[in-house]
Amino acid sequence: MKIVVCVKQIPDPASPYELDPDSYYVVRPADQVLDDTDRYGVEVALQLSDEIGDAASVTLLSMSPGGSQQGIRQALAMGADGAILVEDETLRGADALTTSQVLAAAAKRAEADLVITGTESTDGYTGVVPQQVAELMGAPSLTFARKVEHVDGKIRIERQTQAGYDVVEGALPAVLSVTSGVVEPRYPTFKGIMQAKSKPVETLTAADLGVAPDVQQKITSVEDVASRQAGDIVEDEGEGHLRIIEKLEEVKVV
Amino acid sequence: MKTWVFSTESDGHAGSAALEALSKARSFGGDLGVIHVGPGSEAALAELGDHGATSVLQIAEGSAAALAAGLAEAAGSQQPDLIVFGAGNLDRDVAGRLSARLGKPVLANAVDIAVDGDALQVVNEILGGTQRVTTSFAGGSPAIVITRPKAFAAEPSGGGAPAVTTLELPDVGHAGDVEVLSQHVEESSGPDLEAAAVVVSGGRGIGDADKFSMVHELADLLGGAAGATRAVVDAGWVPYSYQVGQTGKTVKPDVYVACGISGAMQHLVGMKDSTTIIAINKDPEAPIFGVADLGIVGDVHNVIPALVEALKARA
Ligand SMILES: Cc1cc2nc3c(=O)[nH]c(=O)nc-3n(C[C@H](O)[C@H](O)[C@H](O)COP(=O)(O)OP(=O)(O)OC[C@H]3O[C@@H](n4cnc5c(N)ncnc54)[C@H](O)[C@@H]3O)c2cc1C
Ligand SMILES: Cc1cc2nc3c(=O)[nH]c(=O)nc-3n(C[C@H](O)[C@H](O)[C@H](O)COP(=O)(O)OP(=O)(O)OC[C@H]3O[C@@H](n4cnc5c(N)ncnc54)[C@H](O)[C@@H]3O)c2cc1C
Repeated sequence: MKIVVCVKQIPDPASPYELDPDSYYVVRPADQVLDDTDRYGVEVALQLSDEIGDAASVTLLSMSPGGSQQGIRQALAMGADGAILVEDETLRGADALTTSQVLAAAAKRAEADLVITGTESTDGYTGVVPQQVAELMGAPSLTFARKVEHVDGKIRIERQTQAGYDVVEGALPAVLSVTSGVVEPRYPTFKGIMQAKSKPVETLTAADLGVAPDVQQKITSVEDVASRQAGDIVEDEGEGHLRIIEKLEEVKVV
Repeated sequence: MKTWVFSTESDGHAGSAALEALSKARSFGGDLGVIHVGPGSEAALAELGDHGATSVLQIAEGSAAALAAGLAEAAGSQQPDLIVFGAGNLDRDVAGRLSARLGKPVLANAVDIAVDGDALQVVNEILGGTQRVTTSFAGGSPAIVITRPKAFAAEPSGGGAPAVTTLELPDVGHAGDVEVLSQHVEESSGPDLEAAAVVVSGGRGIGDADKFSMVHELADLLGGAAGATRAVVDAGWVPYSYQVGQTGKTVKPDVYVACGISGAMQHLVGMKDSTTIIAINKDPEAPIFGVADLGIVGDVHNVIPALVEALKARA
């Protein structure tokens, strides 16, 4: 089974990203980190691959117009076999649909049986890339999975719902999106980090994939919103709960 | 202007996101239709009509791929200008697939939609709601928009029953090869989180699943609902229905009590519009204090039990 895991590389979320004042695109440093959300997909892929054995492979797929590899190496260090990087300046500012066209074409080219994604990215969070990729591949989408199993050549998931969960099964090739409750991602070992440096990363352009970027939306303005002012912050010295009661009385809840 | 709104029936009612979107879309003028997925109970259809829908395309059920294909066919013949989805899982599944099918982008996380003649703009809030971004759409009809929960208030218009047509879904082959084997309900107790006047939410600072009972106890004493962060839901302490935030529920209660919650951007977007926010966190630097009207720097394991005792003593 060929498993392709989509991993997005994003500006380090430790500091909030900025929008370029002219293009309004996210300012993306040359080196971006692995979106934490995508570590779960990598872990699911590695566990499925361990279960299936030699017949399985795990390939990462990342679109990064500026060609960042830092985040890919982080995911390779977890144990993936190799990666495909779509690196192309014409993809800067790509919307979700353009991104999905690129990812779907690359996954098809890699003859993926299973494409794994997160449910939404940390920086753009449109949360529609998994479904768009599935549609473009003509594949079923198994989305919002909080548990994944490989049963009789099919993928069976627990799909998170408002009320609880549904057990859903789909035939391969399929696209699977996983939540951050699905598995506990492993930390790379020192050996993994060393090996990641020499794992193969194939680079492709949009043209290689037959995608002509066409962005049909444009940010026209960005304004600051008057933010909420912080109120009283007090240290609890055994009386904290009384301050809360005072506040609740003030707003007439008690 | 012809607007379609996507609705999914739950427990015999129309989707709340659909009622919110219909209320907004009435101001655009023109035709207002609904794509309604579910059994089509009389109550659900009446609610849609009462919020301004004049026509309903009714679909009993189908895979996301079949729903998107059916919608794409209907959109081809009926030419809506705008299709509005909520943020639910099925909404996103169908919106995403429809977008790819039609080759039209999705404008996601919208908190406002403005229509000016043929021009359409949506507003998003980014960085935990500190900036508002306006995006114009230039893709030709239909524009596909996914809205944030509670972006608009649901207000009845007093409209009568809509005209209902059943939509048959095409066979989509392999893309539709998914099967729901079983459905499971995970109980959550207490009042409805989205409607409660008081919400008490717990984060990782509560410590473990067992200790989460103190969040429930405090919520009960205040006649409110219990909520949680995603970290706590992912850890399996409480079901997903408790989750407040970007990928959970949006709440706007009179009082929100955040217990052992750091205040990540994705949590703040789900609760920052609460009237009064009270936070308890042992870290004075926790971002939650930036939005709190009252912040207690302290250990939840001391403050909450003391608060519970004091409230009980008053009762
Ligand atoms: C604040 C903000 C708002 C935006 N709003 C919109 C909008 O309304 N409509 C729109 O079309 N675009 C929008 N964009 C652009 C959009 O985020 C990018 O197009 C992005 O490339 C893909 O979408 P996403 O990150 O939202 O994907 P999501 O659907 O949120 O991501 C889900 C999963 O898809 C995979 N994935 C996504 N991108 C990549 C990638 N580059 N490489 C590998 N895997 C990937 C990952 O597995 C990820 O977990 C916005 C961007 C920003 C910063
Ligand atoms: C795409 C995306 C979507 C997301 N959607 C959501 C969402 O919908 N909702 C959501 O909540 N999160 C969401 N998140 C996750 C979010 O970024 C945070 O990780 C999460 O909200 C943190 O939860 P927390 O505050 O419980 O945990 P932490 O961030 O670990 O915070 C725990 C806090 O408890 C405090 N604490 C510890 N012990 C004590 C004690 N004894 N007494 C008092 N305080 C104590 C600590 O000081 C700390 O501030 C999303 C993330 C991403 C990337």
